[in-house]
Formats: sequence, structure tokens, C-alpha cells
Amino acid sequence: MQPGMDHLDALEAQSIYIFREAFARLKKLALLWSLGKDSNVMIWLARKAFFGRVPFPALHVDTEKKFPEMYAFRDHYSKEWGLDLKVDYCPPVEAIDPTLPPAARSAARKTEGLKLALNKYGFDGLIAGIRRDEEATRAKERVFSPRGTEGGWDVRDQPPEFWDQFNASPPPGAHLRIHPILHWTEADIWAYTKRENIPIIPLYLAKDGKRYRSLGDADITFPVPSTASSIDEILVELEGTKIPERAGRALDHETEDAFERLRVAGYL
Amino acid sequence: MNIIASNLASNATLATPNGTTRPQVRIVIVGHVDHGKSTLVGRLLHETGSLPDGKLEMLKAVSARRGMPFEWSFLLDALQTERDQGITIDTTQIRFRTRSRDVVLIDAPGHAEFLRNMITGAAQADGAVLIIDALEGVRDQTRRHGYLLHLLGVKQVAVVVNKMDRVDFSAERFGVIRDEITAHLTGLGLAPTAVIPISARDGDGVSERTAKIDWYNGPTVVEAIDALHPARPLDELALRLPVQAIYKFDDRRIVAGRIESGGLTAGDEIVIMPAGKIARIRSVEGWPSSPADAQGAGRSVGITLDRELFVERGDVIAHVGSAPRDTRRIRARIFWLHEQPLAAGASILLRLGNKETRAVVVAIEKAVDPGELSSAETKAIARNHVGEIDISLSQPLAADPYVDNPRTGRLVIEVNGRIAGGGLVLSVDAGQRAVPVDIVPVESALRPDERSARYRHNGAVVWLTGLPGSGKSTLARALERKLFSDGGSPILLDGDTLRAGLNGDLGFSPQDRTENIRRLAEVATHLARNGHVAIVAAVSPLREDRAAARRIADNVFREVYVATPADVCERRDPKGHYAKARAGVLHGFTGIGNDYQPPESVELAIDTSSCTVSDATDEIERMLIRTGILFDEVTDLAANI
Repeated sequence: MQPGMDHLDALEAQSIYIFREAFARLKKLALLWSLGKDSNVMIWLARKAFFGRVPFPALHVDTEKKFPEMYAFRDHYSKEWGLDLKVDYCPPVEAIDPTLPPAARSAARKTEGLKLALNKYGFDGLIAGIRRDEEATRAKERVFSPRGTEGGWDVRDQPPEFWDQFNASPPPGAHLRIHPILHWTEADIWAYTKRENIPIIPLYLAKDGKRYRSLGDADITFPVPSTASSIDEILVELEGTKIPERAGRALDHETEDAFERLRVAGYL
Repeated sequence: MNIIASNLASNATLATPNGTTRPQVRIVIVGHVDHGKSTLVGRLLHETGSLPDGKLEMLKAVSARRGMPFEWSFLLDALQTERDQGITIDTTQIRFRTRSRDVVLIDAPGHAEFLRNMITGAAQADGAVLIIDALEGVRDQTRRHGYLLHLLGVKQVAVVVNKMDRVDFSAERFGVIRDEITAHLTGLGLAPTAVIPISARDGDGVSERTAKIDWYNGPTVVEAIDALHPARPLDELALRLPVQAIYKFDDRRIVAGRIESGGLTAGDEIVIMPAGKIARIRSVEGWPSSPADAQGAGRSVGITLDRELFVERGDVIAHVGSAPRDTRRIRARIFWLHEQPLAAGASILLRLGNKETRAVVVAIEKAVDPGELSSAETKAIARNHVGEIDISLSQPLAADPYVDNPRTGRLVIEVNGRIAGGGLVLSVDAGQRAVPVDIVPVESALRPDERSARYRHNGAVVWLTGLPGSGKSTLARALERKLFSDGGSPILLDGDTLRAGLNGDLGFSPQDRTENIRRLAEVATHLARNGHVAIVAAVSPLREDRAAARRIADNVFREVYVATPADVCERRDPKGHYAKARAGVLHGFTGIGNDYQPPESVELAIDTSSCTVSDATDEIERMLIRTGILFDEVTDLAANI
């Protein structure tokens, strides 16, 4: 971090750099818009990087099981922000690997939906809003992360990545995941959302003693106890908590390796 | 990981908004495999109270289920594959706090097979903790990691000597290892900030100086981490804005990039390297609003220029007068990660900043295994080894030596679309010609003797040097007219005329003057090789520059010293330059003062204050006949008429 820049300035500048690298080096990009707090920050950063516009589609891979507030948010802000919104649907749960635990199996629909969308549009780069601090396996991610032709992630054979020089040449048929906010924390996301006045889905704020820290499918995502009814209060809450962000995401906790298996198969 | 910051000690700090006010340092933990990195990290998190609720219990339960005793390293080995192998295969990042720092801890693997991951982790760090097993001592991977920290530019290293419990907390054993590693790191220019005896398993030396190490009075690991400094400021260096892209989303043409060093503001006069085109920054653009103040290092910016110039991704924008060098040749010290050793003659893809160019490795020197104590030099750089390479680039680029600018002085090498190595720029050879691997000069359709038969002369560079006002241009024009009327092919290259076009990017700094002379010499030599007589009129005050021009033109170079006395030159003052210089409005003017270095040996010296223009021209012609440029039949023919 350089003098004259605060922590959020430094995070923002790095993310913008990553967006511009992705746009310069890949041919057909899309931004994965999950409607959550992280991907909304990503869209904001993309607009900063490209001076007000997002020069690639925002792809929503829809499980059709999101909260109504999320759909309302999508329909409103895709227009207001001038996004090239593409909505694609996930296959039914019956089509998914039955050996996965129930919540992971449900979440794996998204992986399959993503594969279908990739084949349909032929994207060579997908911009995703994962963060290192969210989950142990995500901490090992690269900023430019190659995926196999089946969309899989080979954590054992990741290319070196240093000095902001990125591996951006996916083999034919494969694609890259680009992670512009990999280096952000949950608290950074909230502090930036507040500073930039980025709209959020109200589910993140406490109601009747509970709020959602992370938003997924309505049937496998649960609120956590909280009295934080504003972003400032969320920041204070995060300062003291030792509860993991994804505590309310059932799929993470079924077995010790459920999430990793999902990720190796191509989950975000 | 899901590890959220908490205070080291109850009275350590007041709660601050996350990460916004305290300095953040990024630390990598490196060292030989099995020397205890992950154990140290687990212990650090425990001792700083940074573990999420239930995490320790969960891992203890997992261990029990697997019938294994609990290990601190399990905290990090969250991946199934890692647990199975018992080694860290990729970097993991954990956050915690010390008294005065927010720490991002990067745990990098120690296994040689995963050196690429260690580099990925270490390249992000401000400081490093190098861990050594007290029983095993300094091992090959300890040395290799030490060397790589140095190559990656990590300048702060704390050493911990772990597993002191295995050597009965022997101060003597600790002393031996401390001296060995201190000598090794100091030899790399990387003196350790501390060497600390610890037992990560039991907690000695991590956050407390326990009774078992009462003979040690240096800092604990936590104190040593607390003493590391954040990254060094880049604002103080010269402006470097590598161009990422040009955007034309609307009527603005925005040049986008991240300021790697220095700063900029609207109105700045800039130069775009390597082409050397000069422009002014018209505006600094932004969204939702444009920034009003100056922008410093680290910012991702967009600017517009005051004129339409060809700018492309990979160019580097700098301030006029402090530009990086443009070059086709680079010498670098690199580390190599690819299975296939890097050998001389290899064709590679090089990335430096946002520039990408094909290149050829011309030479390899000092290729060694940095893990070995006295490693034999090899011809190729093997995987996980280091070496110095000379690289010839197919396109020119702008670069700085690493010592001048750490951001624009480093490069990576790509093989088959994947980063295979990286390193630091040791030197850039400005102006040196690329080794002609990709360059295939097209030969002229005409033979030299065909031209000389028509022109009745051979090709030459006639280089007129002397003070401003000495009569160089006058003589050059007279000579041009004379040779032309004799059927020859003279071409006048005037220093000032070329500055209006070809050399329009050059100013009057010593480097720019040297480059001006080099280009004049190159153009003149090209003409001479094609049978013309290139007449160069240029002050060219430095002996060294003229010697360089003679080297370029070689055997066709004919130097004429126009040795008119200084007072005569000033009296003539045909361009009014002397007057301006005396009035103090023309800087860097050669003429008043002693900055003209008269030649010591030339083909001809003429004092124009004591002869006519036509006498002087004749004298030059006679010299050219005498030295085999002009065919003297011309005069014979004239005599026979």
C-alpha cells in the first residue's frame, strides 16, 4: 500500500488492474453475477475499470431457488447499471451425482448450469467473485485460474503466478476463472460497499435478531443470529466474531471434503 | 481460511475498523519441507487467539477419527489431498494481528516439487520467516528459499530455528545454525532481522521467552513479525505507467494502466517509450467522477493525451527527462521452474510489465542450483535452478534495471502459455542492436560496383565536426553541390534537420545527444553502404560519440574537423545561438565553455577563418580522392577537355 492510498484504495486499484488484464488478454469474457454482496462489488469495480460500463455480459446461472429479494434486485439493477444480462438455468437435481451429500448435491446444480452456459456461449474467461478468506480451498486459488475442458480445477498442478503476471492462455476448449476480489475480506467488502454507496439486498441486514451473512439458494442457506441492521453495525459485528462467514451455508458442513469436491468439479 | 482477526493480547490495541488504519504486512513462511512451517502457523494462530470457535475441537475430532495424534499443522492442511500426503502443496493465507500490525500470513510449501507455489506465495510478501529444523540444520531447500527471497526482492527475513526441544534447547547447537544461516543470507545481501530459537510444538519462543530458552534475549517470533515494515514507497521513484489498454468506449480515447512508480497529474509532459513520442496529459479520467488531485504509485488510472499518438499495450509512459531505456537486449538473473532446462538459443515469450514479446536467449552464465553449497556451473538452467541470461528481443521495449526500479525491472518467461520462470533485470543495453535472429535484412538489388561506376565514387560518411558557427553546414552544402555537379550522389544529413523528424523525440540531455549521434551515424552508414556520400554536419562535441559513429560506419568513415577558432564562430553566430546562450536563455549549448572536445586524429582539419569556402571544399575533395572515396579520373577528364 502506497502513501496517499488507504486500504480500500489499494484493494480497488488491484482489482481494476485484474479486470483490465482479463479484458486485454481474453477474447470472450463474462462476469458471474450471483447477486450477492461480493458480485455487486465486482460489478462496481468493473464499471470503475471501464469508466462506467461493463464491456462483457453479466451471467446469472439461476438455480431458480434464490430469495425473491435477489430476483427483484437483479431485475432492477441490471437495467439501472446498463448490464448485458444473461440468465441461464441449472438442470434439475435428479441430473446430479447422487453420491454427494444433499446440500452439496443441490449446490452442484450450479456447476452443471455453468458448464451448460460455457458450452452455449463459448466463454474463454469467467470472472468470479470468490475471496481467499471465505473458505480454506479458495485460499489456494490463483487470480487467473485455469480450468480443464470439463471445467475442473487441478489444485495440484496450478501454474506459478507472481508479480501480477497472469497465465491467460487456456488450452483449446478449456477456460479461465478470473478472481478480481480474491484478496478482499468480508469486512473489506462491507467497508467498500459503504464507502461507494453500492446497493445491497436487505437480507444482509438483521431482522428479528437474524441476518444472512452469505446468500445462496433459499432452501440451503440460513440466517445467523445478529443485531446488525446497518453496514456500520455489520463491520462492528465482524470485528468481534469468530463465526465463519459461510456458517449458514449448509453445503460446507456436511462432510469435511464436500466443498473441496465441489470446487475440484468446477464449483466457484 | 475462515480465520478472522482478533487481538494478540487483551490490552494490545483498541478495536479499529478492519484493516483501515493499521499497517498491513504480508509475511511468507518458507523453509525446508518438514522443518515445521505449518506447525508454527498453527501455533501462532492459537497463541494470538485467532482461531475461529470450534476449529481446534473440530480438527482434534478429525484426528481422533483417523486414529492420529493431533498436530498443529492440521489447522492448515484443510485440503484432503494435503492431509493424505502430509505436506503443504499450495500457499494458504491466514490473517491475524500483532500489537501494531495486521498480518497476512502466507504459508508456502517446502517441498522442492512445489517451488512454483512457494514463489507464488513469497512474491506477494513484504517480509519472510525462514524456518530451520534445529536437528537437521540448514538444508538445500533452506538455501534455495533464501536465494529465491533475494531474487523475488523480499528484503526482510527473520530466521526461526525450530524443534529446539529435539536438541535439548542447546544454545551451542543454536549458535552453529545461527552463524551458518546468517553468513549465507548476508552473502546474498539479505541479512536476517532476527534469528530465534523456538519449539513451535510446545510454544517456546513463539510469543514468549520461556525458561527453556532463558539464554536467548532477542525477540520472539511475534515480536519479530511486529517489527517488519510494509512495502517500500514507490511514489519516490520516477513515473512509470505501463499501458494496459486503450479504451474508446465514447469520444474519449483513454490510455489505461496502473502507476507502478512515481505520480502524475494533468498537464504533465510525458514521453511514451520505447517509441519516445512526446505528449502532454490532457486529463485524468475516472468513474463515477474524475480525480481532481495528482495520482500516485499503486493507482489504476486512465488518462487522455493532448495529441493523437499511436500508443499500444506494453508501452511505458514516463516523464520527459526521466524515461526508462528502450532496448532490444536485456540481461537478467532468473529462476527457472519448467521441467525442460532453459538453454542458449531457446525461443521464449517474455513479459515485462504489460509488454509481451518473443525473444531468444543469446547466452547463459552462472547457471547453478542455489540449494547446493558449491554448485558447479552448467550450460543450461535446470528446473528450480538460477542463472544469468542475455535475451535478444524481437520488439523493442522499455525497461529499467531492477536496482533503479523494482517494478519495471522484473520480467517473467512463458513457455507454452504458462509462466516458466522469472527474474530481475540486471542491465538494459540501450540502443544496442538485437542479435539478428528474427531480422533478415533485405539485400539491395544492385551491386556496389554498379553504383560506383555510375557515381564515380564509393560510398562514404563524411563527418563534419566543430563548434556551432564554425562553417560545417556551409561546407557541407558546398561539398554536396560540388559532388552532385560531378555526377555523384551526395546526401546531406544535418543534425538540426534530423532533429525535426527522425530525432524529434530527443532533447539535449547527455543521453539524448549520444542517441542523436548514434542515429545520425546509423542512417549515414546505411546510405554509404548503398554507394552514396552521406555528408553529416553535426557539432558532435564528444570524442566518445564520434568514436562510436566511426565504429558504426567503420572503413567508410571520414572525419573532418572544422577547426575555426571559437571567437570567430561566436562573431559569426549564424543562428543567434551564442547570443541567446550568453543571455542565459539557451541551456545546454555547446560553444561557450569547454564542452567541445577537439579531435586528436582526423582525416582532415580545416580552419575556415583563413580560407574560402571553395578552397575548403577542394581540400575535402582531395582528401576523399586520397583515401579512396572519389575516383580521381574526374580531374583527369577535365584536364583533357
